[in-house]
Amino acid sequence: MRSFFHKSIVLFLLAGLVASCADSNRPNYQFMPDMYEPVGYESYGEYDIFPGGQSAMEPVEGTVARGWKPYDYENTPDGSAQAKAELKNPLPYTEENLTEGKELYTIYCAVCHGDEGDGQGILAEREKILGVPSYDDVGRAITEGSVYHVIYYGLNSMGSYASQTDEKERWQITHYVMSLKNQLEGNPEREYEEVGPTVSPNDPDVQAAQENVGEGTVLTEEESNN
Amino acid sequence: MKKVKYRNSTSRLWLLSVAFFISCTFLSWSQEEAEQSADAEVQEEQVDEAAASGLGDPANGKSLFNSLCAACHKPYSESIGPALHGVTEKRDMQWLYQWIENSADLIASGDEEAVAIFEEYNNTPMPGFPQLSETEVNDILAYVEQPKPEPAAAVAAEGAGQESGGAQSGVSVNVILAILVFVLVMLLVVLFLVNKTLKNFAEASGVVVPEKTKRKPLWKAFIENQFLLLVTSIVVLLAVGYFAYGWFMQVGVDQSYQPIQPIHYSHKIHAGDNEIDCKYCHSSARTSKQAGIPSLNVCMNCHKTISEVAPETATAEHSKDFYDGEIAKLYDAVGWDPSTQSYSGETQPVKWVRIHNLPDFAYFNHSQHVSVGGVQCQTCHGPIQEMEVVYQDAPLTMGWCVNCHRDTKVKMEGNEYYEKIHEELSKKYGVEELTVAQMGGLECAKCHY
Repeated sequence: MRSFFHKSIVLFLLAGLVASCADSNRPNYQFMPDMYEPVGYESYGEYDIFPGGQSAMEPVEGTVARGWKPYDYENTPDGSAQAKAELKNPLPYTEENLTEGKELYTIYCAVCHGDEGDGQGILAEREKILGVPSYDDVGRAITEGSVYHVIYYGLNSMGSYASQTDEKERWQITHYVMSLKNQLEGNPEREYEEVGPTVSPNDPDVQAAQENVGEGTVLTEEESNN
Repeated sequence: MKKVKYRNSTSRLWLLSVAFFISCTFLSWSQEEAEQSADAEVQEEQVDEAAASGLGDPANGKSLFNSLCAACHKPYSESIGPALHGVTEKRDMQWLYQWIENSADLIASGDEEAVAIFEEYNNTPMPGFPQLSETEVNDILAYVEQPKPEPAAAVAAEGAGQESGGAQSGVSVNVILAILVFVLVMLLVVLFLVNKTLKNFAEASGVVVPEKTKRKPLWKAFIENQFLLLVTSIVVLLAVGYFAYGWFMQVGVDQSYQPIQPIHYSHKIHAGDNEIDCKYCHSSARTSKQAGIPSLNVCMNCHKTISEVAPETATAEHSKDFYDGEIAKLYDAVGWDPSTQSYSGETQPVKWVRIHNLPDFAYFNHSQHVSVGGVQCQTCHGPIQEMEVVYQDAPLTMGWCVNCHRDTKVKMEGNEYYEKIHEELSKKYGVEELTVAQMGGLECAKCHY
């Protein structure tokens, strides 16, 4: 009787030992790893063939990615002033662009600038990031051009958002920021523009933007079809 | 009878020790209160001092400073612009009013001081603040001229905060547990003593405890009973089959995999407490197959200015020093020198450990689920906003995928691309809303090709 109890205790301890080998710090073993592990290089993998061993690399210099256009204004006070004065939004002011701009604004901007654009986002409220200006700030007097320029390059404490958004998305955000500025200043809302052939087709900026837009949408549809 | 006395003394010892522990907790509470009131006094003194300097109202100045100036200036350390503490001693008041109203004009007028400071800070222009009155500027200056708060006071406040936090949540549970343990131990002692006294009584009064007679051993009886043996072996076989199946089914499943990352990034602080959208950092989840691990420039969008955590961010597990050290790791990797506020250009990759990894024979696209389907990140990744260290919440097995595809209704509104097929299929199945499975979400080649 005694020995039976002793044996069961030893068995129990052994089982515990086996169970304790399951380590949450390590991935589980695989059945036929050849089917699991990719043959090609993975997006964030480490391989000797790449410079620095990283398969994640910056775009090759002198190339332009899809949905991108070279941005001619320099990241200097002069370039900023120039963009502020002359750069205009190539996207038509439509409800669709504004809704998409709002979605993107809520993801990227609202944490600091606030849902209303008054500089009272949750990070400002919790005093993590301070000094976020309101969009109706008189000293800054933002324009479409300056908004886009700052999203592209960042300004002072604000970083660049060029890596998280593409050109079309930045212009959509710009539309929404300007509409927020309008609301803060208490101006009447800007009327939506008609889309389609009524948008001046002679304007090269608009044409280029629309081509980009077209490509972008086709791409997502292809992807979503997969 | 000696034993009884002994028992009394042990219980007295227990009572005394419990009383001692309780008195200790009261002591620490009263200490916290004293510290807090001391802090308040220090602050009041500071306010008094600033008011005495005759500049203005530092409380109003603080809110103005935080909303207008703090993007580029810190009171006691360099940032984009210079530290502002002591500026009223360096500059003339009239000069300050002019500079704050419109610094560009002052520089253009060729004022030597203005040109010098403009060039010292990389020709970064300071926006004008024409909306500020002189009294408001005075308030702001009163705020920045307040003497720097002693770090010792901050540390004390932090400690007090932690203690009180721990005490509030822990007091009731801990006390109850302690009392329960105490009662159990007392019961054990009582049982042991009763047994001993009874034995002593039996011995004293000459009662003989009957010895156990030898019987047939249990295992022998068990083996001789053939029916019992059959039933037992069937039960054992079933149990072995059950556990073996369970064991085979977990091969290759990484549920609750929780590796240690090179930088302790807390999703709880970022996505939970600060409510930063998942897609802020994982921006490619909107547009591509991969959710994307943010490159370090995305971290620096915020951490350029946030070089240390607030004292209240620290928890019992992770101190403020620990979190500050993790931010320093980020600065090392990205080559940012916080003292000079510049990039050194020497960077090194951060080797994050991938947690969610589908086998290569299964295709999964994030944008399809996130942007088109409108599925919340938490549906697959679990309560990510509560995870201090991320673990894999879902099993990511095929059965798990298929279950979700059977249950989930397709988001049809605002999706013109699928309008026609939705209409045809809802007629075919006679339902209002289609599930993913009805739309072909279970076809093999959708995910395996």
